[in-house]
Order: sequence, then C-alpha cells, then structure tokens
Amino acid sequence: MATVELDNIKKRFGGTQVIHGVSTAIEDGEFIVIVGPSGCGKSTLLRMVAGLESVSEGEVRIDGERVNEREPMARDIAMVFQNYALYPHMSVRQNMGYGLKIAGLPKSEIAAKVDEAAALLQLEPYLDRRPRELSGGQRQRVAMGRAIVREPKVFLFDEPLSNLDAKLRVQMRLEIRDLQNRLGITALYVTHDQVEAMTMADRMIVMNAGRAEQIGTPLEVYERPQTLFAAQFIGSPSMNVLDATMQDGVLHLGGATMPAPTTATGKVTVGLRPEHAIADPEGPLSLTVQMGEPLGANTLLHGRIGDGSEAFTISLPGVHHATAGERIAFRVLPENLHFFDPETGARID
Amino acid sequence: MEKRVTFKGWLLPLLLIAPQVLISAVFFFYPAGQAIWQSLFIPDPFGLSMQYVGLGNFEYLLGDPYYRASFLTTAVFSTLVTLASMIPALFLAVVADRLIKGASVYRTLLVWPYAVAPAVAGVLWLFMFNTRVGVVSWYLGLLGYDWNHVLNGSEAMGLVVVASAWGRISYNFLFFFAALQAVPKSVIEAAAIDGAHFWRRFWTIVLPLLSPTTFFLLVVNVVYAFFETFGVIHTITAGGPQQSTTILVYKVFADGFVGQDLGSSAAQSVILLVVVGLLTIVQFKFVERRVHY
Repeated sequence: MATVELDNIKKRFGGTQVIHGVSTAIEDGEFIVIVGPSGCGKSTLLRMVAGLESVSEGEVRIDGERVNEREPMARDIAMVFQNYALYPHMSVRQNMGYGLKIAGLPKSEIAAKVDEAAALLQLEPYLDRRPRELSGGQRQRVAMGRAIVREPKVFLFDEPLSNLDAKLRVQMRLEIRDLQNRLGITALYVTHDQVEAMTMADRMIVMNAGRAEQIGTPLEVYERPQTLFAAQFIGSPSMNVLDATMQDGVLHLGGATMPAPTTATGKVTVGLRPEHAIADPEGPLSLTVQMGEPLGANTLLHGRIGDGSEAFTISLPGVHHATAGERIAFRVLPENLHFFDPETGARID
Repeated sequence: MEKRVTFKGWLLPLLLIAPQVLISAVFFFYPAGQAIWQSLFIPDPFGLSMQYVGLGNFEYLLGDPYYRASFLTTAVFSTLVTLASMIPALFLAVVADRLIKGASVYRTLLVWPYAVAPAVAGVLWLFMFNTRVGVVSWYLGLLGYDWNHVLNGSEAMGLVVVASAWGRISYNFLFFFAALQAVPKSVIEAAAIDGAHFWRRFWTIVLPLLSPTTFFLLVVNVVYAFFETFGVIHTITAGGPQQSTTILVYKVFADGFVGQDLGSSAAQSVILLVVVGLLTIVQFKFVERRVHY
C-alpha cells in the first residue's frame, strides 16, 4: 500500500541521455502501465524505481520518502522479470520463500505464507518441483508468487508476459489484473504491447525516445491522443495520418472538403482511425483498395486514399468482399478527426 | 531429441573414427598394456632378461611402508593443490566479474602464469625460496623464521603445493570467470530485490549455480595433482626430504629410472591407473548427481 512519485527523472549512460525528465504521481493501489517501442527507456525507468539503476537526476519517492539512494531491498518492492529470473537450483517452495528466509522469518510462518500464495495462484501441486520442470505459464506464476509473499508496497513488472504464447498471455493478463485488484498493491507494469496497456492499465504512460508523450487512462489516450506518436502507437490497426490544409474552417483532405471543428489553420496533420470510417456511397472520401484482410468480426481494407498515393487503411464491420482496384466511398464523423501540428506533432483542438 | 547420422557401409564410419582409435591405441592402450605385462616380471637392470614373478611386485609394494606413506603424501598433496588452486581462482573470478573498467587487461594478466611450463615455474619458486639466496627466505629470516625446505618436510610440501597450484589458478580462473558471466543477471537482481546482500547472494545463489563448473574443475585438478606435477617436484625437492614429497607418480619415476626396479615401477603405474579410475568413478557417481539442476 503506497504511492509512488517520479519527479523529473533523468538518466544518462555516460554522455548519452536516455530518459529526459519523466514526472508522474501514482496513487495507492493504482495499476500503471508504461508502454512504448523497444529502446524508449521504459525498462530503464522501471529499473530506476526498483533501484537496479541509479537515478542521474530527479527524485523517486515511495510513500513520500526519497528512495534514490536506497538499495533495492530497502525499498520494499517486488519485481517480476521478463525471463522470470527464478532460482534454478531451488524448488518452487524455496523460490517463493527465499525473500522471507532472508528477512529472518520463522520457518512455520514462511511455510504458511508460501502455502497461502500457492493456493492463490493454484501452484500447490508444483511446490516441490524445480523451475525447469514447469511450463512457461507456471514459471510466470511462481515469479508472481515470489513477489506477493513478501507483501511489498509496490509491484514492478518488466514485460512479464512477452515469453508466453498468445492464448496464455490473454489469460495471465486477466489473472495479474485480478490479483492486483484483490491485493490492492500499487503496480508499475512495463510492456511494448499496446493491447496489454489498453486492457490492464488504470492509467498508462506512453513513452517515446525517453520522454513521456502522454499520461492518462487508456480511453483518454485513445480518444484524445496528445501527440502524433501516442495517436499512432495506441490503437490497432494504427491511426492513418495524412497531410491536409485548413482554410476558413474547411478541411481539404484527400481531394475532398469537409467542415472540421478545430482551431488549426493552414497546413495540418490529420489523424483518422481505421475503425472510424463509415462506408457510405455518398461519402466525400474514397479508398482505392489494394488488399483486404478479413478478420471475421471486421474486415481491414488497405489501399490509397482518393486519387493520391498516400497509404490508408479502413476497418469495416462484418465481412466485406472487395477486389483490388475497387473504390469504396466512406465518410468520417467530424469529432473523430484528430489534428496535429505538422512541425511538433502536438495535438491541436 | 537426438540426431544421429546413419551410414550404409562400414568403411566410412571406420575411417572417421580411425584417428581417435589410432591415437588411443598408440598412446594409451599399448603403453598401458606394456605396463600391465611388465608388472608381472622382474627384469635385470640392463634389460637383458626378465623373470616372471606373477603378482609378486604388487605383494611387495603393498607390504612396503614407503609405498604406503606415498599414498598418504599423495592424498595430502592433491587435496592441498586442488584447494589452493581453486579457492583463489574463484575469489579472483568474483572480483574480476565485478570490474567494469580494465577487465580485459586484468583477465589477460591473470592468464599468463598458465603459459609458464611447470618445470620453469618450479625453478622460479625454488629461487625465491632458496635457503641461501632466496628473496622470500631472506625476508622470512628477517622476521625471525628460519625457512629450510631442504630439511623440513612440511615446508617442502608447502613449497611444492604452492608452486604446483600457482599456474593452475589461471586455468581455474578462466573457467570460473566464464561460469560467473553465464549466471543470468536478472537472477542476481531478483535476489538483490529479495533482500540478499552480496555475500549472501554469493553463497545461496551464485555458488550453487557454479557447481557444474566447480565439479568439472575438481576432477581436472585432482588428475593434474596426481600426474602433471612431476616437473615441479622434480625441480624443487626431487621427492625429498626423506620422501616427504614423493607422490605416487614421482615414486614411479624414482623407483623405475633411478632405482632401476622396472618391474615395481610398472606395478605402481598399474595401481595408479586403478586408483585414478576409481576416484573418477566415485566423483561422477556421487558428486555429479548433486550438481545438476
């Protein structure tokens, strides 16, 4: 039970700065997902909270206390690693009890806590096995068990599901979320998978090149992305981006014109999510289809917009048989248009 | 899953294993066979005639107090050499593993002693500890300690142990260092988060993870102490004083080529072969089972 505050955190490796000042305040019991592409600094940020990396500048506070100089063990945190980092020479029971044993708890108490956690995670039949005798999902659970027996103030997850197959990942996603809810422990969760971020987060931090592009609830980020990067990173398939012009309150886009509710003028970058296209023979926009991807519930159509050469994707509900070269007319609701500054990529309302 | 290549004829497979078989035959089976054959005879010193004695050579050896003493000497010597070469090597590897700057220079320097031939290493140590002109014995003299490994058996043993172990530290260091680098960093970090300080992590996580390497080095170092320390002992003490550093392999040489008792020497080689064979079997049967996880 704790709050975590990041106050203008910076990280330099030698002369290279990798984190450029990230700030946020995490409330007690909140589930925060840090999401971004490889190399954006999300794992480094998490490791700084854990104490596995030093903080070059700024302050990490847990429960209001500065912890920059504290060793990992003195921060009262627990971490689940991408490769699980189980102790290969110990049984599941010993793995889970290691931290408690070091803390000097009596044997009976350790056994009770391990049993309780094992019951919670359905690990009871495996307590005497070694990690190599377990499946990926079971190892994942042991790593979780090792984290929860210590009843830490904060959980840290470093891409814990990326080594699991797709089906198990969906299942573990729910389990982790459910467990965190029940225990009420503040959690920071790093992932590169935007679906994980959308489904698990109370709030997410979208990171790019060492900067927090946007911090907000999943729906806030989806509905009102603050930067072009956040707009394209969150949502699948990714948002279409086009160069357009605003003149006298009218948007000129892909050879069409339409009214648009924005303060932007002149050259703008317009973002349009594939799923917001509405097939309409009267619609002002059109797609020249190159390829279709039927997904069952909906169909993705890839092609060029209007007579132009810019790549565009739309997602239409249900099954849609479209042949290459076919033109499909569609429209978009004005409120589903996103406007960004072509220079800075910042959102314009 | 095992992948096996299946051959149709028998000529190619035979040709492929021929070099290995040939080497084993020429350098192992033939000499070993000769030793077993010779151990049943007493030849005259000039090698002109041989008299068949059955197991007489063995009977004589087992009743010989000098030979039995040599067993004890060998046990003490090989235990000390193994410990003295493995423990410092492990310590140096742990220290080198924590280094970030200059690690490669440090590593290279640590490997150098391994390149020194055992006999040369023996002479180096002999000079340092020489009772008249040795640097170390002179300093020990200043401290009031009268070093004389020529007269004192324990000091002689200490000296040959140090001289034998010295070069091996490099060899062991390389293996320990590689094994340490192979320990996943995240496992160490997980232990750190679990609250274990450096030494606690070392004893409970790192050392158990190193155990396959430790076991391999144990076997290799024991074999080294048994057989390959001949040069060191020959140059420093020649088995003395009063046979206090005559290990089994040195006695094979001393009895055979100095004492000209080739029959006894051959019998000793056979016993040595059996002892090391048994030792290796014991090590694999009882220790190896515990070191894999």
